[in-house]
Amino acid sequence: MAYGDFVLQRNLTFTIRRGEIFIIMGGSGCGKSTLLKHLIGLKKPARGEIYFHGRNYWQAEEGDREKITRTFGVLYQGGALWSSLTLAENIALPLEEYTELSARQIRKIAALKLALVGLKGFEDYYPAQISGGMVKRAGLARAMALDPEILFFDEPSAGLDPISSRLLDDLILQLRDSLGATIVVVTHELASIFAIADNSVFLDAAAGTMIAAGDPKSLLAEATDPVVRNFLTRGGSLADGRPAAIGEGC
Amino acid sequence: MLQFSRPEAGRLVISLLGNWREGGDYPPFAAVQNQLEQSPAPLHIAFDCSGLTGWNSVLITFLIDIIDYAQRHGIAVERESLPPGIAGLLKLAYAVPERAGARQEEVRPTLMERLGQAVYGLWISTAEVLSFIGEATAACGRLFRGRVRFRRRELLVIIQESGIQALPIVSLISVLVGLILAFVGSIQLSMFGAQIYIANLVGIGIFRQMGAIMTGVIMAGRTGAAFAAQLGTMQTTEEIDALKTLGIPPMDYLVLPRMIALFLMMPLLCLYADFMGVLGGFIVGVTMLDLNFLEYYHQTTGAIRLNDMWVGLFMSAVFGVLIAAIGCLRGLQCERSAAAVGKATTSAVVTAIVAIVIATAAITVLCNILGI
Repeated sequence: MAYGDFVLQRNLTFTIRRGEIFIIMGGSGCGKSTLLKHLIGLKKPARGEIYFHGRNYWQAEEGDREKITRTFGVLYQGGALWSSLTLAENIALPLEEYTELSARQIRKIAALKLALVGLKGFEDYYPAQISGGMVKRAGLARAMALDPEILFFDEPSAGLDPISSRLLDDLILQLRDSLGATIVVVTHELASIFAIADNSVFLDAAAGTMIAAGDPKSLLAEATDPVVRNFLTRGGSLADGRPAAIGEGC
Repeated sequence: MLQFSRPEAGRLVISLLGNWREGGDYPPFAAVQNQLEQSPAPLHIAFDCSGLTGWNSVLITFLIDIIDYAQRHGIAVERESLPPGIAGLLKLAYAVPERAGARQEEVRPTLMERLGQAVYGLWISTAEVLSFIGEATAACGRLFRGRVRFRRRELLVIIQESGIQALPIVSLISVLVGLILAFVGSIQLSMFGAQIYIANLVGIGIFRQMGAIMTGVIMAGRTGAAFAAQLGTMQTTEEIDALKTLGIPPMDYLVLPRMIALFLMMPLLCLYADFMGVLGGFIVGVTMLDLNFLEYYHQTTGAIRLNDMWVGLFMSAVFGVLIAAIGCLRGLQCERSAAAVGKATTSAVVTAIVAIVIATAAITVLCNILGI
């Protein structure tokens, strides 16, 4: 992964299994969100391959690539709801593009998705009229519009209060259990990580690559790398209880 | 605020006095440096803060200057003699060592380097423009084959915003341009007693060129800028990424409706501006130059050929496509920050106006060759 000549991360190899909740974690600026952009096909990796269900994403024909992309649902950091459309229209747009459903059916599905995320009755609100937590949940509803096989979340709990963030975690778990979708989450919220993760990779900016992988709970118990330990214990393994260095590690 | 004493050899005590919060003249570091350089050079620095009644960040930076100097010259600093608040802040300031390579040296590029970068930038932006034109053309192709889907309501909203809602400003500007043309012309023409030819001047000038150019400039500032700002903001809030990951090309969904809207609306606005401009000339002719109402009307209709109007309308349709395309291009090129949206908007207006002038020149030359 690189921006121009600046290589952010190299030698990343990992597998995400169907139906698991996979966390991409690491300190700020280590390239978590950039890795996500590569996974959802917004950026082409400088070198290397990405496979979905055994098919090479960047080697595929453009039409096939679009088909793969359509099995994704993405929740962006800021929600990224289309501001000129109401919540219901936001959810309806992908449905109108890719399904043959009637306008009434689409409207019903949009209402259902909003109800799933606890926003029943907010169909005709514009994104600017609702709170940050609600924007996140509406973004989640839109990400689920096409019943995706893989859901990508970019910092779902960023900017949310602890309760909303907890509720969002519960929602993610419920969705995984009921939809059977694979879920990839970029986050550095420890509470969320331990609550939802099945598997993870840990990116480190100083090393420029992944320095740990596996279930965060077992990483907490077994990891020997001091950077990983510090991260997972909130710097608690240090004598004075302060993070080793504020600038270091990213 | 500062006093020095040397209770024993090799030991300098700096007494900090008074209230450093009050502002005014802070003692310069040079005063301390002066003391430190006096022989015998001190080996220890201690502070006496019993007289200090208040302090702010200026004191901290002053102390950091002293500590840095002392470190360079191997002088020990007794930080324990400082009040705990100041000592704590100093400890934080020195807690994390400066990261190697983090400081960005300001390098002044040489003339050749700057020239090279400018040429390289030009090359990149040309490539971007060409690929945008290519994509837009491909999208138009899809449009004619009926394979583009965008929300019809969105198109209608854009048409409303860039059409009907522009009428007041277009009216105002066109009438004024007509007035100005008539005024300027009348000074010359009345010398020959040929005031009636004001009708020709205003009529042909407005219909053939000025109507289209003025609407073009107005729409570049009004709608082109709006497009750039809209798309730029959508870029910063990741709304365009959201479209892309759903497999909806922004070109089809965002750019095409805007180009269609301006392509349709610009000729209509231009025609309206033409009549408004002639009205402006008419007002001057009838009220100030004492021309007869009917005389002016017949002179105008006699002077303007239908081709003049078509040339103007054709130009305005071209301007419409240019303004929309440039506004959208600048919006899509926008980076992810509020400042970048401002830059995109400015650049959209400037580029669009330049494009309008160049297109006018090209079309005028073309018409001349074709004898239209």
